[in-house]
Amino acid sequence: MGKYILKRLVDLLPTIFVVAIIVFVITRLIPGDPAAVMLGPQASVEDIQELRDDLGLNEPLHTQFLQYIGDLVQGDFGVSLTYNQPVISLIMDRFPNTLVLAFSALVIALLIGIPAGIISASKQNSVMDYTVMVISLIGVSIPIFWLGVMLVLYFSVNLGWFPATGMGTMDEGFITYIKHLVLPSITLATIPMATFARITRSSMLEVISQDYIKTARAKGLKEFFVIGKHAFKNALTPILTVLGMQVSALLGGAVLTETIFSWPGMGRLIVDAIDKRDFVVVQGTVLFIAIIFVLVNLLIDVLYKIVNPRVNYSSGKGGEGK
Amino acid sequence: MSDVILKVENLDVHFRSSASIVKAVNGVNITLKKKETLGIVGESGSGKSVTATALMRLLPKGIGSIPNGKITFNGKDILSLSDKEMRDVRGNEIAMIFQDPMTSLNPVFTVGDQIEEAVRTHQQMSKKEAKKKAIEMLKVVGIPEPEKRVKMYPHEFSGGMRQRVMIAIALSCNPKLLIADEPTTALDVTVQAQILELMKSLQEKNDTSIIMITHDLGVVWEMCDKVIVMYAGNTVESGTVETIYENPLHPYTWGLLESQITKNTLNGDKLPAIPGSPPDLRNPIPGCNFADRCPYAKEICSTTKPQPIEVELGHIVSCHFQTNSNRLERKERVYIE
Repeated sequence: MGKYILKRLVDLLPTIFVVAIIVFVITRLIPGDPAAVMLGPQASVEDIQELRDDLGLNEPLHTQFLQYIGDLVQGDFGVSLTYNQPVISLIMDRFPNTLVLAFSALVIALLIGIPAGIISASKQNSVMDYTVMVISLIGVSIPIFWLGVMLVLYFSVNLGWFPATGMGTMDEGFITYIKHLVLPSITLATIPMATFARITRSSMLEVISQDYIKTARAKGLKEFFVIGKHAFKNALTPILTVLGMQVSALLGGAVLTETIFSWPGMGRLIVDAIDKRDFVVVQGTVLFIAIIFVLVNLLIDVLYKIVNPRVNYSSGKGGEGK
Repeated sequence: MSDVILKVENLDVHFRSSASIVKAVNGVNITLKKKETLGIVGESGSGKSVTATALMRLLPKGIGSIPNGKITFNGKDILSLSDKEMRDVRGNEIAMIFQDPMTSLNPVFTVGDQIEEAVRTHQQMSKKEAKKKAIEMLKVVGIPEPEKRVKMYPHEFSGGMRQRVMIAIALSCNPKLLIADEPTTALDVTVQAQILELMKSLQEKNDTSIIMITHDLGVVWEMCDKVIVMYAGNTVESGTVETIYENPLHPYTWGLLESQITKNTLNGDKLPAIPGSPPDLRNPIPGCNFADRCPYAKEICSTTKPQPIEVELGHIVSCHFQTNSNRLERKERVYIE
């Protein structure tokens, strides 16, 4: 197992290299000139050219790329064109905010989505089941920006329970901090929650009809353990797959939710950077997200092994785990 | 009478499907004494497994129901027990093993966990003691190196070994009754004999009664004291193994007996088979369920249900032409098309 993890970490390097190339090329293909954006519409052509020289944008592409990769190897993500700050410190400013939001959304999604799916499956075709299914269908299809705005209108504007935008700080007190977190978390949790409910239900349904569930009942186990222990552990594999995708997506920043609630997270950092043609920040953040994706995938693959003893990573062919 | 461990009277089992009711079992009677082995034979869909599942009260909720009948087990009225009381019976006093050992063990728990769980569900025992018990049970069912095996997962066991583990789970609480639903069907022949042998020796040791559900008549002769022959949800004939073997009376039993491979079939004779298929249990027919396929059927068979008649002590047959005053003459080779 340790060997497997080590191998996967080494595999990370080529993946990141390829991502770096793609991001580099795409950012250069986007129309628009960062120098022009920085200097504003009044700037003269000479000024823009001068700034481009300063930023190294007039160098041939391959030189720029080698420079970029060279810095990267030394752990240098570059300096933002617009903020004039190292990209890594920008990311480190924003990432904890994204982490807080992602974590609370994930907790809500898991705590509601998975039990809902389990109950739905164990009472298949009941009113309860239909209710969960309809709600989760709405949940996966609802436009997030609309839901966010509706929540703000009702809970912030009408009822005044929660602040409409922004992220609280601990200095303002824990309660304020949590209050700021509620609406964005619920908004962000909606899709994962519905997705978890649906995948849990379908995965559980498949498992519940298996013979070993009959064996568990014949042992005289309580239905709670039959479903919660024997069935659920077997149903976990597909749930983990979905979990991995959702966690990666959440950690990459939630552009819509962060925009609606003015949440200072990764999503908005990227969108702003794209807006301002800040190549360096776009490259850095995308690369950072790519690394998170790969690490989360690795973590999920390790969890597969823990959940399902039949998964074998050590023997040749099955070694890739996917 | 006190050594009667299980008495089933007029058991009916119905299944509700979207449009109709399937009468899967009708009026089954069972009397089983301590240490006795009862065989329930019949083709697929005859209601054997459903009967067994009903005894455990494990029919699918909301679909299966027991509208009539009484099940008395060890002095308890099974059908009137609360869910909790019934859980105390399951796995503890009545245990069950299933047809396919490849799928009836949970793949994500070690065999040790699965045995320990059975023990700890019904007995106050520390984890350590339960582990010891699991190792001991594996030894009892003849699994070599039990200390090592106990930590392994089902996929690391062969089919026969898994069935041994199932038996270990079933017998871990010393049940008074073991229901074995086709325990050897999925195993290859050499392993079958070992498993049957194991069940027999453990029965001797623990005074367990066994209900053996099978369509393999060989298993019945080998293991059982009594037999119930089921067809389309009804008992068509029941009696001791000797009577059923030496003096079978129901035409369906004759058909079953003839459909076995004999020396003649090996020499090239066609293997007899009962033509046709069982009736649709959603639409009950007024007469004998077997009438359509019975080579001896007369008019009365498709209009009137035959009543069970005790033709000799303990030998009960449901056929219009097999009564105390009237016997059907068995013809040779009527089941060959």
